[in-house]
Amino acid sequence: MLTALLAGPSADGAWCGIIGVPEFGAEAAGQLGVDLERLVMVPQPGEHWLSVTAALTDAVTVVVTKPGGRVRDADAARLAARLRQRGAMLIALGDWPGAMAKLTVTESVWSGLGRGYGYPRARMTTVVSVGRDGARGRRARLWLPDDRGQFRSVSAEETPGVQRRLEAVS
Amino acid sequence: MVELTQESMAQEPMLTRSIVLWCPDWPVRALERAELVTDDAPVALIEKGMVFACSAAARAEGVRRGLRVREAQARCAALVTHPYDPAFDARSFESVLTAIEELMPGVQVIRPGMCALRSRGPSRYYGGERAAAAALLGLLAEHGVPDARIGIADGPFAAEQAARRASAGHAGAGRIRIIAQHGSPAFLADLPVSVIDDPSFVALAVRLGIHTLGAVAALDDAAVHGRFGQVGKRIHALASGHDASTVVPRVPLPSFERSVEFEPGLDRVDQVTFGFRATADDFLAGLTHASLVCTAVLVRIFSESDSVFERVWLHPRWFTASDVVDRVRWQLHGANLRSAVARVAVSPESVDAIGNHEVGLWGNGPDERIHHALSRVQSMLGHEAVLTAVVGGGRMLGERQLLVPWGDPPPSSHTVRAGQPWPGSLPTPLPTTVFAPPRPVSVFTNAGDSVDVTERGQVTGEPAWFSVTGSRDDASSITTWAGPWPIAERWWDASQASSIHRFHIVEADGMAWLLFLEEHRWWAEARYD
Repeated sequence: MLTALLAGPSADGAWCGIIGVPEFGAEAAGQLGVDLERLVMVPQPGEHWLSVTAALTDAVTVVVTKPGGRVRDADAARLAARLRQRGAMLIALGDWPGAMAKLTVTESVWSGLGRGYGYPRARMTTVVSVGRDGARGRRARLWLPDDRGQFRSVSAEETPGVQRRLEAVS
Repeated sequence: MVELTQESMAQEPMLTRSIVLWCPDWPVRALERAELVTDDAPVALIEKGMVFACSAAARAEGVRRGLRVREAQARCAALVTHPYDPAFDARSFESVLTAIEELMPGVQVIRPGMCALRSRGPSRYYGGERAAAAALLGLLAEHGVPDARIGIADGPFAAEQAARRASAGHAGAGRIRIIAQHGSPAFLADLPVSVIDDPSFVALAVRLGIHTLGAVAALDDAAVHGRFGQVGKRIHALASGHDASTVVPRVPLPSFERSVEFEPGLDRVDQVTFGFRATADDFLAGLTHASLVCTAVLVRIFSESDSVFERVWLHPRWFTASDVVDRVRWQLHGANLRSAVARVAVSPESVDAIGNHEVGLWGNGPDERIHHALSRVQSMLGHEAVLTAVVGGGRMLGERQLLVPWGDPPPSSHTVRAGQPWPGSLPTPLPTTVFAPPRPVSVFTNAGDSVDVTERGQVTGEPAWFSVTGSRDDASSITTWAGPWPIAERWWDASQASSIHRFHIVEADGMAWLLFLEEHRWWAEARYD
């Protein structure tokens, strides 16, 4: 889902920075729409992850960070002010105090595999977004990715469990 | 005919008497000076798969210039091969040139290993041409080139041929060959036509039955000019000893190299970096004064035990003083210093005119901001901490992802390798989380045994449980799976061979994994999430 979030802005020309995620699959990201020439990674920031995140918010538009420890409210507020000033976005992998939204994948069904044959082709997911202060969550069904490698919402015909009524023709 | 005689008569006084100095096998000599090969080893330098130069020991075994590498190795089993680097040659010859210029100014470099001087000044100073040549040979022997040859004649071409034909005698007399004034036509007459630098002319001349320079000179001047044009006219002039070219001394470029010496040597990185800061400012001031900016620097670190660590650093924009200091610090971190640092020298590798890099009135926009922020992070964490990704070649996902530090160019072959067909690579969509190195996991059947693949490529049991930790207690059940997809790489190289079976599995909660089984052990290569 992280790559899906990056693909949109990156395709529009924004710079993306990824901090603290050594296992990020860059080739997959490249194929799913992220421009590798505008992607910067700092896989091992160590204990300086917060200052590195702050430094990168000055430069890139989308910052992805994996907190290396507990995030203090004061630091989060300062970072939020900087983000607002630059018009940047921060995606944190993990808990973050004061986050505007929290996205979780609750269901995920891979199609294309059988018992001993096939390969993972497409994934239908349910993504739940919970706003600040635990406000009512919104849920949506998304293809992450679909058969053609794109990210889109599941259309009505594809939703499983919808019974199509047979209508008499004549 | 009359005007020809007048022309040739008029040309004669314009012949410059030249001294040509030749260091035989200079490419091999340069390697020896840099202590990359031992003095007596048979060495060959390879360019484009063919031998470019070889040492005397290799020549004794039958290795010649122009042979293919395999042929040369067949003739001399103990041959040591090195790739030929013209820039390295030129750099090593610089030090010899500087020494010669101190003694006798006005040197022209013909190629690395050969240079020419006008003989008038030195012969007057040393009282004779032979004395001047002997002084030059003595100087070269001091600087580590004991077997140089000197030729003195009218015109650089004849002098070069004389130098090549000077015998390899003992110090002094034998290695100097002096052709008397007006004696070049007689000397050149006996030389084979292959000494001329134009291979097409030489090939044609041989086919026409012209084998010596004397025969070329005997041809009618107008006929040669009509048949071969301007090139032929020049070759005819050379062969007759009427070399109209003069020695054009080079103007030594102002040296931009700066260095700082530490007496006694320092062995702490921060001390060295601190001591280097003023030199870095001075270095950049010199460049700015000459209206240049530097886009690549060569940093050389000399330790007290006479070992040198040198590395070229590139920069996407241009170097500032703090950038240079950063590079020195990273190089010190990377070098394995066994003794204290005695001297640090920095010189520009590639420069550009300052006009191309002026900062715009309103700043340079997003790229500049990004570069500043990333350089800050790099000075915080080190050069290798900030990376960009390029796709290289390979079947294993970890291999395909090449991480290049910010500011370095990506390895040049990566696009070629990525574009090649890799049978057995994964279809899209690729997994977005790649574990490099792979993580150990376990896969069990319903009965509780670990799943394995027989020699015929069949699974021993159906995978039913998957555990990241390895114990059966927290295993999750597998809903769908696929495999085994065998991959056997580099079966011809025992040390690098790998034979694995890839599997895809989907757990009960919908997470898909890419696993592989190698030698009865399971590893997770990647995860789809």
